[in-house]
Amino acid sequence: MLNGEILDILSASREAGWVVEPEAKKLLALADLPVPKFGWAKKEDEAVRMAREIGYPVVAKVVSPAILHKSEWKGVAVGLDGDQALLGTYERFKRLEGFAGMLVEEMVPGLELIVGAKVDYQFGPVILLGIGGTGVEIYKDSALRMAPLQERDVRSMVRNLKARALLEGYRGAEPVNLADLTRLLLAFSRLMMELEGHVESLDLNPVKCSPEKCVVADARIMLMKSA
Amino acid sequence: MNLGTLFEPRAMAVVGVSHTNDRHPANVVFNKNHLRYPVRVYPVNPYGGELQGEKVYGRVSDIPEPVDLAVIAVRAEQVPDVLSDCIHAGVGGATVISGGFAESGRKDLQDRLVALARESDFPFVGPNCLGIYSPEHVDTFFLPNERIVRPQPGGVAMVSQSGGILVDQMVKFAGEGVGMSRAVSIGNKALVRELDLLAYLVEDPETKVIAFYVEGFGRNEGREFVRAAGRSPKPVVVMKAGKSPGGSRAVTSHTASLGGDYKVFSEVLAQHGVVEAKNESELVSFCESLSCYRQGIEGRVGIISGSGGHGAMAVDVCAGHGLAVEPLTETVQNGMRESVSKSVRDIASFGNPIDLTGSAVDDDFVHAATILSRAAEVDCILLLLLPYLPGCTMDLGARLSQVHRREGKPMVAYVPHVEKYRMLIEGFELNNVPVSPSIEGAVLMVEAMRRCRPC
Repeated sequence: MLNGEILDILSASREAGWVVEPEAKKLLALADLPVPKFGWAKKEDEAVRMAREIGYPVVAKVVSPAILHKSEWKGVAVGLDGDQALLGTYERFKRLEGFAGMLVEEMVPGLELIVGAKVDYQFGPVILLGIGGTGVEIYKDSALRMAPLQERDVRSMVRNLKARALLEGYRGAEPVNLADLTRLLLAFSRLMMELEGHVESLDLNPVKCSPEKCVVADARIMLMKSA
Repeated sequence: MNLGTLFEPRAMAVVGVSHTNDRHPANVVFNKNHLRYPVRVYPVNPYGGELQGEKVYGRVSDIPEPVDLAVIAVRAEQVPDVLSDCIHAGVGGATVISGGFAESGRKDLQDRLVALARESDFPFVGPNCLGIYSPEHVDTFFLPNERIVRPQPGGVAMVSQSGGILVDQMVKFAGEGVGMSRAVSIGNKALVRELDLLAYLVEDPETKVIAFYVEGFGRNEGREFVRAAGRSPKPVVVMKAGKSPGGSRAVTSHTASLGGDYKVFSEVLAQHGVVEAKNESELVSFCESLSCYRQGIEGRVGIISGSGGHGAMAVDVCAGHGLAVEPLTETVQNGMRESVSKSVRDIASFGNPIDLTGSAVDDDFVHAATILSRAAEVDCILLLLLPYLPGCTMDLGARLSQVHRREGKPMVAYVPHVEKYRMLIEGFELNNVPVSPSIEGAVLMVEAMRRCRPC
């Protein structure tokens, strides 16, 4: 299944040891995972053109092989509502280490989940589903299963989350689109089975899940060190 | 790999017996088996001579009949030669008791054993282990008879990376009346590993439940293990040591940080319906329960007691284990009310937990258990029996077991374990209904059945 384009992205990222976000998103899209509309702007005017095309408000994120945790460098700006805010952010990002452009992206609403994978020494590829966002390591609410996943595994992962009610509809809120979440997890599990040997771990965090759809809003792919 | 002859050998060689040291492991193994088990035992030592009036052979290949099992207890450097001799003599397999291999920096020596054995498809357990205890057949543990506690023969097989944990667990099984079919200490597990023993024990007619004490698996070995265990028609119970995160490996992703080694281990086991025992008391309760019941349940519990307090305690423990104790339907409650004696009808409560009160007699328990067995809303019955109630007799265990036999719904019992209630307890146990000396233990027995299905 790993097509040439996916392999190209992986080999281009080898030196950094991880895949920068726009490339990671491209890879995920090639594997049939839903990603928001986005563009990788390397100049101010490109950023403006992309943001207008996507439609304000947009999210902007710094692209830099030196910055793994973007939030910690204030490298993420959400809700930018016009050219001025966008360009101001671009100016600020330019001063960050290793600046290689700005990711301009559609705002996606929804509950923030994490979908992850790692190659476990004893069990091989395993898949994680949990409550995501920047608080992911505070809540530590997650479930793990050995890949490849079956549909019943996804149901049991959701059932095993402490925050299960948030996904299934809490106090009158509509449940998130569980069918979409299931499709996403199954596609992700298939991809991970193919990527074993190339990657060490993948974090899709957050995956934004709403009653309408589930979309991968950010992704980080850590490559295998020896590969 | 044919492991059968290791567990039921007709002839065995004990290599390394000493002429001067009666406590030498080989001498202990010789003494334990010679004339005590049906197996014919041949002592081996290069100097020959006699041991307790028996001829000592210089080499395994000198023994005048085919040998099924060689127990090797010589110095590490001598083991490859002895192993070659065994292979040359057509021995069925070996347990290598000797230490001094990978565990003390001599991986090279261990690799030589593995290479020799692989080449000839020769199975050996160890090195650095106690080997095999197979009730009524053979015992290669180098622990003197008077020092160890052996459970009665029964359905539980246990495979352990640690000999000490295994021997300890045998004491605990014996204490709870849990019978064992096989016990294997695999030590460095250089050749015969958990997967090989799982395959053997799944086919072994003596074994009903397969328990493992595991410290860790090799690369991707856990994946193969859970798959095989998930397919096993017999329940597989695993106790894992090393749950705390080891070392200070840098973690660069949230997934790696949230999904530590133990969390992965635990959740992947559950995914495949492999029952994880978190500690020794869980291991005993789980094995006892699953040697009676191998089918999984959802965990909807009906509780019958003669004391409100016991019922309430059990509900709390069930809740802590995520087991449901839901109110019974009116129909079931009414049926039960009508079935019990007049004297308890108006004072008992039938909601779940069912409290038949201190006035209940044997018949009341039997009737309530029968009706609950036929109620689709519960899939397991928890009996809390107080033998000191004036209306209860020592027959109650056997009578309630008959209800289980007739109706087929899994049943577990709590009975205080003191000698004077022995007959009541045996009434259950001899009829394959597990009994625990604590409410917590009885609930764990229910929990075992629930964990026995993939989550």
